[in-house]
Amino acid sequence: MLVERSLPTPEANDLLDMVREFVGKELAPRVAADEENDAFPRDVFTLLGRSGLLGLPYPGEYGGGGQPYEVYLQVVEELAGGWLAVGLGLSVHTLSCFPVAEFGSDAQRAALLPDMLGGERLGAYCLSEAHSGSDAAAMSTRAEADGAGGYLLNGAKSWITHGGVADFYTLFARTGAADAKGKDITCFHIPADTAGVAADPPERKMGMCSSPTAAVRFDAARVDGAARIGAAGQGFPIALAALDSGRLGIAACAVGVAQAALDTAVGYARERRQFDRPIAEFQGVGFMLADMATHIEAARELYLAAARRRDAGHPFGTQAAMAKLFATDTAMRVTTDAVQVLGGYGYTRDFPVERLMREAKVLQIVEGTNQIQRLVIGRSLTRAV
Amino acid sequence: MNIVVLVKQVPDTATERKLSSDDNTLDRAASDGVINELDEYAIEEALLLREKHGGEVTVLTMGPDQATDSIRKALSMGADKAVHLSDEALHGSDALQTAYALSKALGTVEFDLVVLGSESTDARTGVVGAALAEYLGLPQLTLAGKVDVDGSAIKVQRQTDYGYDVVEAQLPAVVSVVEKINEPRYPSFKLIMQAKKKPVQKLAIADAGIDAAGVGLANATTETVDFAAAPPRAAGTVVQDEGDGGVKAADFLAEKKFV
Repeated sequence: MLVERSLPTPEANDLLDMVREFVGKELAPRVAADEENDAFPRDVFTLLGRSGLLGLPYPGEYGGGGQPYEVYLQVVEELAGGWLAVGLGLSVHTLSCFPVAEFGSDAQRAALLPDMLGGERLGAYCLSEAHSGSDAAAMSTRAEADGAGGYLLNGAKSWITHGGVADFYTLFARTGAADAKGKDITCFHIPADTAGVAADPPERKMGMCSSPTAAVRFDAARVDGAARIGAAGQGFPIALAALDSGRLGIAACAVGVAQAALDTAVGYARERRQFDRPIAEFQGVGFMLADMATHIEAARELYLAAARRRDAGHPFGTQAAMAKLFATDTAMRVTTDAVQVLGGYGYTRDFPVERLMREAKVLQIVEGTNQIQRLVIGRSLTRAV
Repeated sequence: MNIVVLVKQVPDTATERKLSSDDNTLDRAASDGVINELDEYAIEEALLLREKHGGEVTVLTMGPDQATDSIRKALSMGADKAVHLSDEALHGSDALQTAYALSKALGTVEFDLVVLGSESTDARTGVVGAALAEYLGLPQLTLAGKVDVDGSAIKVQRQTDYGYDVVEAQLPAVVSVVEKINEPRYPSFKLIMQAKKKPVQKLAIADAGIDAAGVGLANATTETVDFAAAPPRAAGTVVQDEGDGGVKAADFLAEKKFV
């Protein structure tokens, strides 16, 4: 079903039309098979880049689209509804570009961004470690200054989306004496072909199987000083700022997945007949669909409200956490109910809803578990004014 | 080389399409308008030829105001400018009148080549390209699956039931294309942003020197007398495989001219 969207410009309308066409022609025919076969669609990201969709929220002078988050996120939503690995991949790529775009020097931006936004170089975001997830500041990967202006990297990052297929890693590592608040963490832009950088075999996941998630190891990897983004010790605030925006991307992905599940459930409920009528006419099913649609609409408006705050230059971190929390919990519930509407068929791999249900689960975990989102929201309420 | 691509807005084939019972013409309000699919191949071919030979690609469309959506799509694929022929007097024009009106509108543009889709998904007459070439007095190269231009010579592979014919002509000429010719590109976001700044010239029939008596429903050379909804699909033929299933399947395909 076509989602009625409020978009700020006619160009944004045309953009969304193009994205829907892209989903129908490029994603829909292959998503089921590629998910089944763990096949990463690198070519889709190249095509997204050529079409100008990999850099929408970044400035035009570096090849971006100069679009507000309000528009960019709805593109993410449409893509995620067609194929979560693509929508979330776009969101993660955008997150990986954030430090260079927002905190990089002019020289770094000019040298790096055009290829990053043009689809030639795909990104990955390396913050989590095996023993440092929600407590990100507890990381142990180190970047030692080598005395010649460069750095020597040692450590391993976990759960890296695009690990092993990315062309660059946006890395956070300790550069000074360990500090519980992360004041010694620094951000780096590391080309994936740097000697000493390697990815483990991908994790065997419950869903989103076409998108590789892997540990990335840094084994005496040497980079020069130009790899550092922002000042030494500035990394943790950069990471958190990137995550505020990244969470909006995850919220948009969740709404896309939920909408796809609802569309399938509605289509099925109108066709499937029992007791001489379509099952949609039974109130038990109709009310379920109504609740699904209502929660999706609320989730969409919540992420858009946060996005519009961001676009207007207002603080939006708390609202982004709320949007991520609500949208991903909604996606879990809606996809579970969609499987229920399809009954036995819903539980089979011949219909997409079981895949959407498996995909929804990861969204409650990534870029801050929903427990961490509640922590962020709670702290904002009780923080001393 | 300057190329004009003819683009028609048609009702989306994915939606229910209706005729208006008032005058038996298309009910445009009943479904969303989209670019006729084959016209996207025509646009792509024009863009490919421009990339090779230089020049400009102009989109020409005839249709009511809402056809501007299709013009914008064509411009966001990469065409340089557009001409929109729109006039209440054109309502209800049939294929021949359309070809006449387009031939007059083409008189306002300089071109070496006209490219169009070989048919539209709504009326499917497939004659506009040929009729247009006659009105213009230009060579027609229809059903092209491949186009090559060398100087002022144009050569196409004209698709036939048995393969293709090679047809050659001198420019200027009219070429209609089939879908095997290329793979239409997606608009890029950059081009979407540029599209709004590209010139779109509006033409009424007087601007193009179109004779009002030669167009419109009242003067049409063909008439839609009546229409009815398509009957529900009948059950298919079931063929029992008694060891000769392959032969029967082949016979069926041959009968339908698939093999």
